[in-house]
Amino acid sequence: MKTITLTVNGRPEKLTLSPHRTLLDVLREDLGLTGAKRGCEAGECGACTVILNGRPVNSCLVLAVELDGADVLTVEGLGGPEGLDPLQQSFVDNFALQCGYCTPGMILMGKALLAKNPRPSEDEVKEFISGNLCRCTGYENIVKAIMAVAAGGERHG
Amino acid sequence: MAEHRVLGKSVLRQDAVDKVTGAALFVDDIQFGPTLLHAKILRSPHPHARIISIDTAEAAKVPGVKAIVTGRDCRHYIGLYLADRTVYASDKVRFVGEPVAGVAADSIEAANAAVKLIKVAYEPLPGVFDPVSGARGREGLVHETPAAGDLWWQGLSCIKTKSPGALLHENLGEYQCAPFIHPVPGTNISNHFKLRKGDIDRGFAAADVIVENVYTLPHIQHSQIEPHSAVAHVDRAGKVTLWASSQSPNAVRKLIATAFELPMNKIRVITPYVGGGFGGKAGVTCEALVVPLAMRLPGYHVKLTLTREEVFQATFVRQGLVARLKTGADKTGRLVAMEAELFWDGGAYTEYGVNITRSGGYCSSGPYEIPNIKTDSYCVYTNHPVGGPMRGFGMPEIHWGIEQQMDIIAEKLGLDPLAFRRMNALREGSLGAFGGPMEGATLADTIDAVAAKCGWGAPVPPASAPHKVRGRGMACMYKAPSMPPNAQSSAILKLNEDGTVHVLTTAMEIGQGSLTALAQIAAEELGVAVDKVVVTLPDTDYTPYEWQTVASRISYSAGNAVLAAARDAKAQLLAVAAQVLAIPAAELVIEDGQVFPPANPARRLAVSDIAMGYLLPEGAIGGPVIGRGSFIPAGITGLDKDTGQGDKPAAFWTYGTQVADIEVDTRTGEITVLKVTAAYEVGKVINPAMCKGQVQGGIVQGLGSALYEHLVLAEGKPLNSDFVDYKIPAATDTPEMDIILLETSPQADGPFGVKGIAEPTMVPTAPAIANAVYNAVGVRITDLPLSAEKVLAALKKKQARES
Repeated sequence: MKTITLTVNGRPEKLTLSPHRTLLDVLREDLGLTGAKRGCEAGECGACTVILNGRPVNSCLVLAVELDGADVLTVEGLGGPEGLDPLQQSFVDNFALQCGYCTPGMILMGKALLAKNPRPSEDEVKEFISGNLCRCTGYENIVKAIMAVAAGGERHG
Repeated sequence: MAEHRVLGKSVLRQDAVDKVTGAALFVDDIQFGPTLLHAKILRSPHPHARIISIDTAEAAKVPGVKAIVTGRDCRHYIGLYLADRTVYASDKVRFVGEPVAGVAADSIEAANAAVKLIKVAYEPLPGVFDPVSGARGREGLVHETPAAGDLWWQGLSCIKTKSPGALLHENLGEYQCAPFIHPVPGTNISNHFKLRKGDIDRGFAAADVIVENVYTLPHIQHSQIEPHSAVAHVDRAGKVTLWASSQSPNAVRKLIATAFELPMNKIRVITPYVGGGFGGKAGVTCEALVVPLAMRLPGYHVKLTLTREEVFQATFVRQGLVARLKTGADKTGRLVAMEAELFWDGGAYTEYGVNITRSGGYCSSGPYEIPNIKTDSYCVYTNHPVGGPMRGFGMPEIHWGIEQQMDIIAEKLGLDPLAFRRMNALREGSLGAFGGPMEGATLADTIDAVAAKCGWGAPVPPASAPHKVRGRGMACMYKAPSMPPNAQSSAILKLNEDGTVHVLTTAMEIGQGSLTALAQIAAEELGVAVDKVVVTLPDTDYTPYEWQTVASRISYSAGNAVLAAARDAKAQLLAVAAQVLAIPAAELVIEDGQVFPPANPARRLAVSDIAMGYLLPEGAIGGPVIGRGSFIPAGITGLDKDTGQGDKPAAFWTYGTQVADIEVDTRTGEITVLKVTAAYEVGKVINPAMCKGQVQGGIVQGLGSALYEHLVLAEGKPLNSDFVDYKIPAATDTPEMDIILLETSPQADGPFGVKGIAEPTMVPTAPAIANAVYNAVGVRITDLPLSAEKVLAALKKKQARES
């Protein structure tokens, strides 16, 4: 067992963990943050995507004990008392979800893309989210939702 | 009908905020605290074997293990249409991945360790690995009059059975089954659907062109992103509560009641959000496995979440199909005869799959009027994963061949494939393959709409590189909901004190948007704002009966129940308002939560003022308003066992057409789908944005099945049970999509005219792409998927032939 301290959605968390557990396990089981989903547990579907130190990762592939001092953002950390994050709102407005299982990961991928490239082309959006699988939507509305925030700035906020 | 206020508007999804914030809970997200136990399943490594013995002694000693169950603990046969399976294998295993034993432990690690220590002695048996061999295992049983030269299947790569003759289900004749399913005891044929329309010999005698080909499809997986999950709890009084990722809460309850001899009021099935269904979470999949474990562990919550590998191997797959189609047309282009032999690879258990065989059979003409048809559709047991419902329920499979036949005949006759289809399209009153008149047959409308939109007939634009070639192809489709003729729905609509509304149904939100669509129907009829209406997720202790969320029938069937419940509630509100306002109920309307006579709108009451009744000076009237709605489709008839003929086998038919524009790389064989133009006639669109979303998703799912999806089975063992080796479409694979929704023929008994749309969306995509490949490079591929390897091989063969 090892004790680590990390920040999750802006809150410090101190956790004592066995070494084999993943960030996804810890988020879901210890912190009750179930927005990151189990889809394949092999880094193939992207449903467990969270933002770790500013970069999107498959949390099922990250060992939690390695995260001492890390900063983690999950879908639960988006938006706030004033309302949804503009990208969340854009997903609502553009019908960019159906079953919703891939949605938290997709939104976090969109956040990560827009943080480093605020004006992506449609092809750049598709390329960036191509590791996140969605079986329902055919992706068109997801791409549209991300492009709408990119093009329209913070108009939804 | 007056202008709709809510219906036909792209109202935002009811579940959207839950789903973008992470608030939406799926089964695996629910926290059960210290009573949570984890289940793991020991699965068969053999495709076909007799179980000699099972020894769980060592496994039981693993620290943390709480219970172990095997087939000894559940011997009852269950199944949706044919009761041919037990929850755990009892005497034999019939596919790789079949559950043999289950372990519940206080950690996943302990459960896994125990599973490895269970010792099972098997006696391997010969297997059946393709449906044609499976059906022909006992010579003479398949063909009425087997012809000496009838060896059309020879050389097909899908024929893999080395030693035909194995019998999978010795007791087939004793299994209970639905009256419209016809097993052939003593064979591997669990349903033989026969259709005889007209005179097939005279039909072919009148044909000027006859085309005969074999079309094959491999197994594919639904690949919902959420793996199946179930949690069972049995309290000390014996009440079973089950949380399940299921499309079918009531069917789960019924099948578990049968499996464990429980009354239905002692089983409660709760279905939170489901992360994609597509048929793969219909009927029963893994839900029953945790029940016997929980029964031994009162007070605990026993949870099983499948791994991705288990989802690929041990949940329903789309059945494989070998289809021999012989089609004839006269020189004017009229279709005159069609003969179809359909061999469905049903897998080890066909409790659900038998009905796909029936649908594929009675729709075997495709959406065309053909006077003479002979069809034999066989559901065949094989030692493959269990075939079950998948988006389209037989229609993507049969249209794969039918729609290529249409192009081939049109070319032989020198006709434009679009004009040829249009000429033969089923029309209002045409006799379907089953001999009855077609209602609302709008295929021609969708053909015309697509033709206009995509500029059919205009030259295909030049390719993006010299070694690439562009092409264009089309395909049409029709589909009806496949269900028992009496599949029911019901709804309860409750008014709250403030005039807001809860609608209770057991229709399942699986992503298709049922919560929102049903809310729109309720709001439209009741006359309240749609944001005042909340539709709840199913909980069988509280929400009323729904057959299943399958068959693209929820907007139609549950929609009718909700409409009836809203009418019932409205009548109650108007009766109270009439008394309070002293105006006859017939003169009152409800709009935006206000009851008033249009002639004098100033005299009004708010719905909230009367939702709980009303206190008049002389005393209270009315009471809390609860609307009740039930629906059962009227007039669906059976089909004759020997001829497949009848009046009306299904509630309604949805028609559609797609055109695919593609580019083939002649160096690699790779196909890029550039654009798909699609038109569907849906009677009435409830929510245009959601309806269009269904079409987008279906096209992309169809594209995946066309280009790469194939669950590779070697002697029954799946070789590609992950998303690296089994590719599904990613964002970079999607085409431009141009979608047209038509409302030319509102469904007479559909709520506001609604027909179904979810499944039809993926039906024509694969054959449209195959026809486009032929148009581009002149090779015809009849075996799905259209992999680059296959296209390249066909191109090389063509070049060799021409040089």
